[in-house]
Amino acid sequence: MWRDAALVAGKDLRIEARSRVALGQVAPFGVVALVLFAFALGPDPVPMRRAAPGLFWVAVLFSTVLAVQRSVSVESADGARDGLRLAGLDPAGLFLGKAAAVTVQLLALEAVLGAGVVVLFGVRVTDPLLVVGSCLLGAVGLAASGTLYGALSAGLRVKETLLPFLLLPVVVPVLLAGTRLWQAGVAGGTPAEGTPWLHLVLAFDAVYVAIGVLAFGPIQESA
Amino acid sequence: MASAAPSHSAPPPAVSLRGAVALSGRFPLLAGVDLDVARGEVALVEGPNGAGKTSLLRVCAGLVPVVAGEVSVLGLDPVRKRTALRRRVGLLAHGSHLYDDLTVRENVRFAVRAAGGDTGRIPAACERLGLTSRLLATPAAKLSAGQRRRVALAVLVARSPELWLLDEPHAGLDASARALVYDLVAEASSIGATVVVASHEPELTEALADRAVLVAGGRIVSERPCGRHARPVPATEATDATEATDGAGALPPCPPAGATGGTDEVVVHVA
Repeated sequence: MWRDAALVAGKDLRIEARSRVALGQVAPFGVVALVLFAFALGPDPVPMRRAAPGLFWVAVLFSTVLAVQRSVSVESADGARDGLRLAGLDPAGLFLGKAAAVTVQLLALEAVLGAGVVVLFGVRVTDPLLVVGSCLLGAVGLAASGTLYGALSAGLRVKETLLPFLLLPVVVPVLLAGTRLWQAGVAGGTPAEGTPWLHLVLAFDAVYVAIGVLAFGPIQESA
Repeated sequence: MASAAPSHSAPPPAVSLRGAVALSGRFPLLAGVDLDVARGEVALVEGPNGAGKTSLLRVCAGLVPVVAGEVSVLGLDPVRKRTALRRRVGLLAHGSHLYDDLTVRENVRFAVRAAGGDTGRIPAACERLGLTSRLLATPAAKLSAGQRRRVALAVLVARSPELWLLDEPHAGLDASARALVYDLVAEASSIGATVVVASHEPELTEALADRAVLVAGGRIVSERPCGRHARPVPATEATDATEATDGAGALPPCPPAGATGGTDEVVVHVA
């Protein structure tokens, strides 16, 4: 399983390194979304700083949809998905590999968007560990759930529009927990208040990784 | 109904379908296929568009489950033992299963490693398929259809599966590559692999085949013996792909029915 996961993750990351879709298209999209949020909130820095954690995670969620769609579309061309099935890869390894590659891409996106939030909204991070931890755990949860729902929608003609419809409602816990953790980790927040939200996002990650490991094979075969 | 029962000492067939029915939604892909392909046999599957040739191969590869009947491939249930089976089966499908952003070398290496194959065979396989060092460093997106087909064949050769499922293997290939397909099938068979070829151009393969089965409407409607002794015209004698496609001597014709050169026992139940 781990060998297959490493193989698939390496393949997806190599494809991303060549195509630069995540950093060349998805990240700019997220930054543009942040700029639009900044315009919408107006020049007053106080509401901007207050809203910054939530806006960061909304931008991350939108970017996640694009990153997952890219991950799915890579396997749609030239029968590549059949190629993966025919290779006899362990479905759990395949899921973990795809999710790991999306996680790495999301972490890079979060770094870009995090820098954007600091610059555009004037946010000052007081507990970097909490903020970085929320980004890491959030990326894992978003990648796991995204990979799962991406596989569910892969065989459908309307996959491009169905994926956000399926994915965005179920990742609300990540949005909530990530936002609260960021609020606890920036100026004006109390780090101790982040603990229950940390548990929530950890539970979300565990549930979706477990579901993915168990269900990815049947989903892939029926898609 | 044409049938020849195997002896009791014969090994189980590489492919065994009994009343196999496969659906795509409510549309029948296979409508009750009975077919045995013996180990080491080369079987040619003929039939018009939509007859069920591709579906038959996909069922054998475990990509399409049957909703009725029984299927055994290399002695395994293609659904319950799909992971173990797929590593022993190679399918040359309509798609080449290539990633456009990866180079040819990276694509072949990934496909062989994913299938648990020996990466040490890759250089020889690529050389055999005419994948030069320049081509190996080329992104798959820049390949022609024929070159993509060659890469897919290189993966098969490097993997050297026990069961070769070739779906229109000559599509998009030039004359030399078509002759090479012929040689590859012959070599696979000579080392004991089983080969099932679905083709609209049976003249390109039937000289190698033990028999040809005709599929129509998702059923096997007839079968005929073929010969395995004839050789194709060398690629240098065929000036272009069109000439080969026109059957102007690219491959010798299939011997008359009954003159089979196959040595494997064959069982075909016509549904």
